[in-house]
Amino acid sequence: MNAVSTYFSRHAQALVAAFGRIIRRPAGSLLTILVIAIALALPGILWLLVKNAQAAAGAVTSSLELSVYFKTDTAIERAEQLAAAARQRKDVARVTLVSAEQGLAEFREYSGFGAALDALEGNPLPHVLTVEPQPMAASPAGIDALRQHLETWPEVEVVQLDGEWVKRLAAILDLARQAVAVFAALLGLGVFVLVGNAIRVEIGARRAEIEVTKLVGGSNAFVRRPFLYTGLAFGLLGGVTALVLLLALTELLAAPVARLAALYGGGFILVGPTLLEALALIGGAAALGWFGAWVGAARLIAGIEPKS
Amino acid sequence: MIRFDHVFKSYPNGREALHDVCVDIAAGEFVFLTGRSGAGKSSVLKLITLLTRPTRGTVMVNGQDTSELPSRAIPAFRRRLGIIFQDHQLLMDRPVYDNVALPLMVSDTRFRDIDKRVRAALDQVGLLGRERASPAELSIGEQQRIGIARAVVARPTVLIADEPTGNLDHGLAREVMQLFRRFQDVGVTVLVATHDMALVREFAQREILIDEGKVHVGRSLGGASQ
Repeated sequence: MNAVSTYFSRHAQALVAAFGRIIRRPAGSLLTILVIAIALALPGILWLLVKNAQAAAGAVTSSLELSVYFKTDTAIERAEQLAAAARQRKDVARVTLVSAEQGLAEFREYSGFGAALDALEGNPLPHVLTVEPQPMAASPAGIDALRQHLETWPEVEVVQLDGEWVKRLAAILDLARQAVAVFAALLGLGVFVLVGNAIRVEIGARRAEIEVTKLVGGSNAFVRRPFLYTGLAFGLLGGVTALVLLLALTELLAAPVARLAALYGGGFILVGPTLLEALALIGGAAALGWFGAWVGAARLIAGIEPKS
Repeated sequence: MIRFDHVFKSYPNGREALHDVCVDIAAGEFVFLTGRSGAGKSSVLKLITLLTRPTRGTVMVNGQDTSELPSRAIPAFRRRLGIIFQDHQLLMDRPVYDNVALPLMVSDTRFRDIDKRVRAALDQVGLLGRERASPAELSIGEQQRIGIARAVVARPTVLIADEPTGNLDHGLAREVMQLFRRFQDVGVTVLVATHDMALVREFAQREILIDEGKVHVGRSLGGASQ
């Protein structure tokens, strides 16, 4: 128990000392933290853009409808049965059946071809189901799945979705999301290298101290510990600063975006990072700092031996 | 305690620092290692502290064959030694307390024990009350005493001092030697490399003379002869 508490108190001491070292060199530390914060905030901003664009696109796709045209010889009773079956599906929000008679009546009323329709021997229109997917199933993949299911009914002639552009938009957003991931990985690598380099510089400045520590029996792990915590502290502070930048930007743009949305008749609200995303940003930044420091420090420290 | 068995040491530049050295130092013994500059004293100390390894032969310290010790075991090995340098090797940006506590910190000693032992070590060298002082504020003699306190704080079995009195006047040098004698009295093996022959004569302990990398004589002025 004592050994465990000593172990943790040593680590806590190393963390506090790391923050102390950062505070003692405010100018250099601030620059490093700002560079880390900007490197993390850039993909963060792009991620927010994509996320908000997805939300906006989601609002559009949720108003999509599938039109299911039955074969003209399908009985209305069968069409009603199929409409009931469609209503049972979890991915379906609303189903409306427009019978051939209703369709013809509407056509007669709104088209102005009433007299011409009288000349027809029968009703050429089929029964039609209008199927509105649930908002959470309104992704291109979800709509495709629903469409494929409806097309399996033998009574169905054709299922129509007037929204190919939704697929294109989704594809563009998908591409943007992947581009953000690549961009984030590259800038994350930059943070990794930056912290590693900052740690290497610090190791160089504290070489004499490292030699003395090793001379009195300090292991590589012991010597490495404060540098790892310095990397962690740089990452944490960089992550928090990046989060503050993102929140400030969201706050700054919220009103103009709302005004723009209102001009298009929508009620779109710009969404900032969620709690989970904020924690992921800070945690990821801390991990980058820790591992960057590890890579920067491990071999260098192992190679330092006392000269005396 | 310390045994050199036909030890040879050559450096990459071809210089042979030690040639067929055989030395035995018993537990609790106080031994002077003497010789001119470049005679090989430092190489002997480096081999004992595992700052280097022999080209040939065996070095045994605390019953361990150092040539068989893997690199990862060196820190634990060094924690059983107390090492004192002529140039003190202090951390000048840290207070006296932190300097003395360092060997205990690296061995994960509990904070409560660290405090007790650091104060005890500082008391032994007459620096109790100067814990918060910076080494830079202290005299050369006091800095040397910080180095001694640091060397003994972890209660090593072997104390190794490389020219510990090189920068001190005779009075301070005598004080330091008397401290070493006190450690020997409690069973610590003390090996002091020096070329201060006046001190060697005054303290009348066994002397190992090294010249051109060879042990020429292991004479005893007060203790056992080799």
